[in-house]
Amino acid sequence: MSVPGAAFVGELKRHGFDFFAGVPCSFLTAILDRLQAEGYRPAVREDVAIGLAAGAYLAGRRPVVLMQNSGLGGSLNVLASLNLIYRIPVLLVISLRGYQIEDAPEHWVMGEVTARLLETVRIPYRIVGEATYVDDCAAMAKVFGEERFPAALLIRKGMVA
Amino acid sequence: MTRAEAIAAVRACLADEVVVHANGAICRESFAVGDRPGNFYMIGSMGLAASIGLGVALARPEKRVVIFDGDGNVLMALGTLAMVAAEGARNFLHLVFDNGTYGSTGGQPTYSRQVPLEEVARGCGYRRALRVSDRDALGAAVRELQGEPGPAFILVEVSPEESVGLPRVPLPPEVIADRVRGHLAAG
Repeated sequence: MSVPGAAFVGELKRHGFDFFAGVPCSFLTAILDRLQAEGYRPAVREDVAIGLAAGAYLAGRRPVVLMQNSGLGGSLNVLASLNLIYRIPVLLVISLRGYQIEDAPEHWVMGEVTARLLETVRIPYRIVGEATYVDDCAAMAKVFGEERFPAALLIRKGMVA
Repeated sequence: MTRAEAIAAVRACLADEVVVHANGAICRESFAVGDRPGNFYMIGSMGLAASIGLGVALARPEKRVVIFDGDGNVLMALGTLAMVAAEGARNFLHLVFDNGTYGSTGGQPTYSRQVPLEEVARGCGYRRALRVSDRDALGAAVRELQGEPGPAFILVEVSPEESVGLPRVPLPPEVIADRVRGHLAAG
């Protein structure tokens, strides 16, 4: 059971998200394929993508940054010392490598702690479900727009296909 | 030329550009020249001034964006130069005040004395990349490159001496972000 990439991207666009950047992950391929037509910018690092998104937000856009959870570790400083203190929101779409599945050793630690890391820096998140993705996107879009705060949609293996 | 003198010389050439400042003394020295609503003072997130500026430049291609960067900052996210060049941001002017040190933390050396950053920028594909070492050449370079499509890069050689006693930028971060957003929304 999975959400079609077009349907997921359709929800993002329905909530006005209009600037897309990130670093790819194989769990996100179906989303990334759909975003090529939306001017998706391939960033050199995940924190650089968040910087790019911050600039786009200052210029009036509603940015989304896509990344593998391995990139969240390297992004914590920019989230803490830019987004959270300047109230510059960003919608993060983060894949969950190593989360409740057999995965390569380099994903074991981050897979286990991704959600806890977000909780530690008080970034709201939803683990996207097939039956709940419309509500998941709406809830995180609301955090972005009304609280001017980063929010994250976490994507398990095969959830968006 | 000190960095404070170089920043003052560049500021004299600017109109209503958005200026993204790298963290540290660059923010303080530019603020001391005079505050302006188009100034984004990046107080944390070291290395990301150019990516924030690129985000503005891509979202608002008709608006000129200037980066006040440092050598330590550029080296920390060197891949950003490739991204700026590959995205071909025509409205992007990247100034790097190169003192060869991490000045705010006691003057520890960076690698910029061995690695000419303007050559890195040129190799990445910036349309123009210059090195200047005095105030007249700096002013001339800024005026020249403002009149051309970018992305453009100016490495500004500055002395490693630090300004003494300059206060932190007193604005709360949220106010800094709101002002730049308002400045961009207004035109």
